[in-house]
Amino acid sequence: MKALADLVVELDCPREELVLWVERRWVLPLQQDGDFVFSEADIARVQMIIDLRRDMGIDDEAMPVVLDLLDKLYGVRRQMRELLSAVGELPEAQRDMLMRRIGGFDGENGGKT
Amino acid sequence: MRDPYDTLGVPRTASADDIKKAYRQLAKKLHPDLNPGNAKAAAQFKEVSAANDLLSDPEKRARFDRGEIDASGAEVRRRPSYRSYAESPGGAKYSGGIDPEDIFEEFFSGRQPSGNRSGSGFRSGFKARGADVAYEMKVDFLDAARGAKRRLTLPDGKILDVTIPPGSHDGQQLRLKGQGTPGLGGGAAGDAYIQIEVSPHPYFRREGVDIHLELPVTLSEAVAGAKIPVPTIDGTVTMTIPKGSNTGSTLRLKGKGVPDGGGRGDQYVRLTVVLPEGVDAELERFVQNWGQRDYDVRGKLGGPK
Repeated sequence: MKALADLVVELDCPREELVLWVERRWVLPLQQDGDFVFSEADIARVQMIIDLRRDMGIDDEAMPVVLDLLDKLYGVRRQMRELLSAVGELPEAQRDMLMRRIGGFDGENGGKT
Repeated sequence: MRDPYDTLGVPRTASADDIKKAYRQLAKKLHPDLNPGNAKAAAQFKEVSAANDLLSDPEKRARFDRGEIDASGAEVRRRPSYRSYAESPGGAKYSGGIDPEDIFEEFFSGRQPSGNRSGSGFRSGFKARGADVAYEMKVDFLDAARGAKRRLTLPDGKILDVTIPPGSHDGQQLRLKGQGTPGLGGGAAGDAYIQIEVSPHPYFRREGVDIHLELPVTLSEAVAGAKIPVPTIDGTVTMTIPKGSNTGSTLRLKGKGVPDGGGRGDQYVRLTVVLPEGVDAELERFVQNWGQRDYDVRGKLGGPK
């Protein structure tokens, strides 16, 4: 967990840029006692934004689109995990039936049905 | 591996030209072809050559300066990438919440997608609990020890009033029921988990439920005893230093530690005798005339006295 000033030093990123990204809601630190507090997830997200800009040439216009798509992707992945977790708790017969249907595989023959 | 700037003998602000010149000079001296049979020169040349490979390549030099690669060109271990947080409660504030157009809601609320007459939605209502969200919060030492109420502003502007229980530990998780992502179809909202990081205190140290403090005392306070003010987490109290105290003497203030269940731990005060700053002529005179001045302190260490 880091305050804004510490992050400026650690990531070698100008303060104005970080503040701008928070204003644009690209990263969402909490506020405590008037200062921004960046969690470990927030810091990793800032690093990802830096990488997207510098290494992949994503500009300011494209960045919100990219971040939104990534967030939706991760959201769907998490829902998938929860769903699969629930499937795992089903009785064996139902679970097998579901897995065959989802995976499209016939367990016995090993080929796609 | 040695810093490549040192190896070439140039400052970090050296221009590409400076680096080229420095390398050429060293190469003229150390090149193996000009120093046959000289193993030392060969080894040095290898180092100089590697430093030049790194610093003469603008991309590599920039990465080295930023700390992304080390002198050998290997990637420096970075913190985990965002992906490892994205699907966990730590990333839930970015991707949590179920989009109304989501496939799940389509099925479970019984709504049909437009244009599809023979939909396969479930008629019965479906409830899903919202995802949990994780936050992190820095807490002052005294607030953690005594308990406090602190205010956290969430990214959406919502204000969370967090009650920090007395005796909270560094790394402890506080659970705020129902403050996570809203549920679906009338399902319960998830919880918010707040992990607290307790800042160290300049002079109090916590061990279990006790508070430890190192207290400097004067020569006369230790020798003759005294009543002196001592800080505790509740405020200053007066403590009696017995006659004949010494560095290492530890005094206990009962019930001045950290709250624990119904009771409280204790505060332990360890004395450090501190002589006056600089040379005090009077003290020096006294000590020289003092009959006891050569008492044994190093006997346990052995060797000559």
